[in-house]
Amino acid sequence: MAPILEVAGLSKRFGKVITAEDVSFTVEEGSALGIVGPNGAGKSTLLSLITGVLPADAGAIVFDGKDITKISPGARSELGIARSFQIPRPFVDMTVFENVYVGAAFGGDSHGQAGYDTTAEALEITGLLPLSDVPAGQLRLLDRKRLELARALATSPRLILLDEIAGGLTEKELPPLIEMIKGLRDSGVTVIWIEHIVHALLAVVDELMCLAFGKVLALGDPQEVMRSPEVIEVYLGSTFDMGEAS
Amino acid sequence: MTTAHATVTQHVKVKRATKSSWAGLGIAIPVLLVLAAAPYLVERGTQQQLVTLFSLIVLATMWNLLAGYGGMVSVGQQAYVGIGAYGLVYLADTIGLDPFVAVPLAVVIAGLLSIPISFLAFRLVGGYFAIGTWVIAEVVKQITMQIDALGAGSGLSLTSLTELSPGRRIAYVYWLSLIAVVLAVGVTYFVMRSRLGLGFTAIRDDSVAASSLGVRVTRSKRFVFVISAMGCALAGGMIAANTLRITPESIYSVNLSAFMIFMVVIGGLGSIEGPIVGAIVFFGLQQWLSDLGTWYLVIIGVLAIVITLFLPRGIWGLISGNGRIRLFPVGYRLVSPLERFALHPPSPDHADGEPDPKEPT
Repeated sequence: MAPILEVAGLSKRFGKVITAEDVSFTVEEGSALGIVGPNGAGKSTLLSLITGVLPADAGAIVFDGKDITKISPGARSELGIARSFQIPRPFVDMTVFENVYVGAAFGGDSHGQAGYDTTAEALEITGLLPLSDVPAGQLRLLDRKRLELARALATSPRLILLDEIAGGLTEKELPPLIEMIKGLRDSGVTVIWIEHIVHALLAVVDELMCLAFGKVLALGDPQEVMRSPEVIEVYLGSTFDMGEAS
Repeated sequence: MTTAHATVTQHVKVKRATKSSWAGLGIAIPVLLVLAAAPYLVERGTQQQLVTLFSLIVLATMWNLLAGYGGMVSVGQQAYVGIGAYGLVYLADTIGLDPFVAVPLAVVIAGLLSIPISFLAFRLVGGYFAIGTWVIAEVVKQITMQIDALGAGSGLSLTSLTELSPGRRIAYVYWLSLIAVVLAVGVTYFVMRSRLGLGFTAIRDDSVAASSLGVRVTRSKRFVFVISAMGCALAGGMIAANTLRITPESIYSVNLSAFMIFMVVIGGLGSIEGPIVGAIVFFGLQQWLSDLGTWYLVIIGVLAIVITLFLPRGIWGLISGNGRIRLFPVGYRLVSPLERFALHPPSPDHADGEPDPKEPT
């Protein structure tokens, strides 16, 4: 398998605060990469750099052999990069169907009947079809998270970036979500998933990366990364529970 | 979470028009026919007042396109009103073009000028954008006042139209204005129904999320900005042709932007019907309250506050039952596959957990 995403020497700082420093990694097409790290490690910033919402100070991002470092978020979406936001950002005055159709019509470049079908399929996969005509502003948290995923799916992505999609869900709600993400990965979509709920992450990902203070602390086999002394030290004092990881 | 991975084999059906929209068309066509016959039915003064109303509808529609759909709160649209008005007078009187050719040409000029202006204005967001557009409008006004050929500080009179008999002149200007209204509302409607319009609505609600889904935010905003500039210039041409006299103080007045905001806010932001309703209400208030002097402005101000507080979707929101009735539908409603709803009993996880107070019933 060829790498679909290559990140080389990526850096970003806000004044004196470093949120990414010389971050380099590659992701194979069709694989899933998990990202863990303490709060403020620069995980969400990294996703914003990959989607182009934030410009990088230095470094390069190559997607499918094409340098995308300088191109707009809209253009990156058309190439096949989709993202779900940690704090859901629904289009509140549009219906659920219209929200998802935006993804199909722009990022997925399929409008009219083909776009409606893509939209309905994304709604079906995420279980939102019965809520199609509800204004997105009326959705509760779980449905807002599903909407994030449905919109990303509707762009027919090749790479999907999930930002704490499981955060705030109950234990009962987790297994179907995990299955859904596994299903995505198995259908050939490359997944990069930031998550604090480590056992959910380990059920899906092929590789794990730990970020701290904007730097890559460890990257490789998920179990090995979780066992590495540096990673354990970063998590010391936090509520991380090693028992959950197995 | 429901994980029925059944693929959608049959095509889904999406409805874009509603019953109320067909009814709306049934009302709009006779109304337009009656309005088109007005020069044969009503006296000149009434026609001139209707032109004023039409120019208000165009202005409100354009401000709504900018703010209600594009998310750009501009306080500087009077720049384009002025360019349209001065463009008409200069092209018709000095260059000697037919006034009815000069108007569309002035509109194109305003559109072209708005492109470089957009690069300047788009460096600012939110409140800064509002102030920035206002400053730009003042600059355009000051530049106009430096040009002697444009009458400098004292303004211009439109003389080429007075060659026509007053009856003809007023009727022609009236018809031109009626076409302008249909054009402004029609263009807004078709843009909003298109894929572009879907993108604008997404940008208005959340531009970061829109860009992540592939919407070219800056390009779309620039398009709306230019269309709105052209529409405001059209209204400027209508005002100049109607009043035959323009001064920089009146045609570049920030009051025009205040009126636009007022009409859209009381009528209903983010709908096509709202600005039309708002313009009619504002026009009515102007007619009935103009004798009251300063009290007129006080009443208008209080009305704006009351409506913002109690009717966030404006008067049209009240009439339409918060968007249930749509004369100009731009949305997408999924009508089938309805049978799939049976497969998914309305979200099982809605039964447990704390009920959401905002859950639709």
